[in-house]
Amino acid sequence: MTRGVAWLALLALVAAPLAIVIGMSFSTPDAGVPPVVPPLGRAGWQGSWDSWALIFADTFYLDTLLRSLRLAAVTAGLCLLLGFAMALGIASARPAWQPALLALVLLPFWTGFVLRLTAWVGLLRDHGWINAMLLRLGVIAEPLPLLYSDGALLAGMVHSYLPFAVLPLAAALARRDLAVEEAAADLGARPMTVFLTVTLPLAAPAAAAAFLLVFIPAAGEVVIPEMLGAPDSMLIGRAIWGEFFQTRDWPTAAALSTALLALLLVPIALYQRLSVLK
Amino acid sequence: MTLLALESVTKRFGAVAALDALSLEIGAGEFFALLGGSGSGKSTLLRAVAGFELPDAGRVLLRGQDISRQPPPARDVAMMFQSYALFPHLSVADNIAYGLRRAGEGRAAIAARVAELVALLALGGMEARRPRQLSGGQQQRVALARALARRPSLILLDEPLAALDSGLRERTGLELRALQRRLGASFVMVTHDQAEALALADRVAVLEQGRIAQVASPRELYDRPATRSVARFLGAANVLEAGTLPLGAEVAAPAYALRPERIRLVDALPAINGTPATVADLAFRGGDALLLAQVAGGPLLRVVLPAGAALPEAGAAILLAWDAAALAPLAA
Repeated sequence: MTRGVAWLALLALVAAPLAIVIGMSFSTPDAGVPPVVPPLGRAGWQGSWDSWALIFADTFYLDTLLRSLRLAAVTAGLCLLLGFAMALGIASARPAWQPALLALVLLPFWTGFVLRLTAWVGLLRDHGWINAMLLRLGVIAEPLPLLYSDGALLAGMVHSYLPFAVLPLAAALARRDLAVEEAAADLGARPMTVFLTVTLPLAAPAAAAAFLLVFIPAAGEVVIPEMLGAPDSMLIGRAIWGEFFQTRDWPTAAALSTALLALLLVPIALYQRLSVLK
Repeated sequence: MTLLALESVTKRFGAVAALDALSLEIGAGEFFALLGGSGSGKSTLLRAVAGFELPDAGRVLLRGQDISRQPPPARDVAMMFQSYALFPHLSVADNIAYGLRRAGEGRAAIAARVAELVALLALGGMEARRPRQLSGGQQQRVALARALARRPSLILLDEPLAALDSGLRERTGLELRALQRRLGASFVMVTHDQAEALALADRVAVLEQGRIAQVASPRELYDRPATRSVARFLGAANVLEAGTLPLGAEVAAPAYALRPERIRLVDALPAINGTPATVADLAFRGGDALLLAQVAGGPLLRVVLPAGAALPEAGAAILLAWDAAALAPLAA
């Protein structure tokens, strides 16, 4: 029974939309509404490979994809670094404090996602808090162009995705066997050596999970680059958005979406393997 | 020669004194057992020697040198943890070599020492395995090898046999003692199992509420327990208050311990050191039989009868007797 519900949900919410998107990538543009002719009609196959040929031929799409993956990797790397320190701090705190500290990590979710990004805009824009402060203090004469830069984009990305990295790491570090670290100290390892030879290697699966948990959604991120990023730095999420809503080239947008998903299957499979190993 | 000395070591957790001005001396080459129930402070004592707990007062001396404030890596002691705490991500060989690497020994010296320990603890062929691929007994031997690797002055064993199957425990215990004798190493073992402490240790300290109730050889501890609680804890002795039964002891004392196996069933009641009773309960245990004998208006006595003895029926009236020498005087 529950199995049937699960399959039905998977079919309706995952398989069917995916099939529609893949099908759409083989359709041909049209002037009507929707602006496509489906690849299978009464006359049989009437689709085309044009949009697939386009995204492989035009290096714009490949560059966009690579830039997105690089941004996702940098975001995930920074989240891992910051998240590990936070998780270790939480796991080392008194047990009574740990739920409260974890709740603080989740506190940003109490505010809407777009609202949090708007706060960054307020901080970083030319007449925002930071520039106003620096101008008032006389550190600068002209406002710094902080907003709509790679730095602003990265700040927004890390800020938004950090909890996804902290939670698996905190869970893993909180239930680690402290006797193993004591054993290392007992055998002559100083605190830094204990961390490098025992704590870190034993947390590696959780660290990999944390990295992937940020990397996978970050690769397709649309809203943060739109609100904080430089307008000329093209990312795959924005490219798909643009094809859909601006050029109304649905087949190309669908082909790009399918390609991104296919690429992300690799880290998703990796993450699945890690969860099974645990 | 005194190897380890504790001088009125006190350790409090909140309002509870886990160690209460405890003093103790342990000699080089000794197999010493710290015996006590849970909350007796035995594990805190071991952790204070290893450096995981810093005493609130008092000193810990190793070879006459105060190590009370030294962090664990600086102490010339090694601990075998109850859970073994093996490094799950390292092979057996790397687990054993861990301490040697931290000491900065050369590659060849480390390999030689690891090979030596692998042979000593019969771990041949398992060097490349991970701890989770080993049986409980093998894990225990890896933990011991790892602790021995740097030849520390003192090996601390926290319930070394508790994680083993009961069938394996006896043999492993004897192997542990044989190894300690062969190496001439100094072992301090924490255990809650009195049979284990008596069987393996040269001397046993019985701990109660952070204090030492008695330190003695196993034989002496069993035959001459110092206090009521030691007598009850070790071998579940009967504690007889003076005046409750016609007792004729060699030494006058306020109370006596009487071992269950020193009480006999007799046909004629002696004038002293004997009492009539009724059989309250009887349990055949294979090697012997346990009899609970209720003395009218007096104590319930535990009596252990040899296997071959004719056993009375439950509820039957019986006559019990014991030798004067069987009454061990108790101070408190």
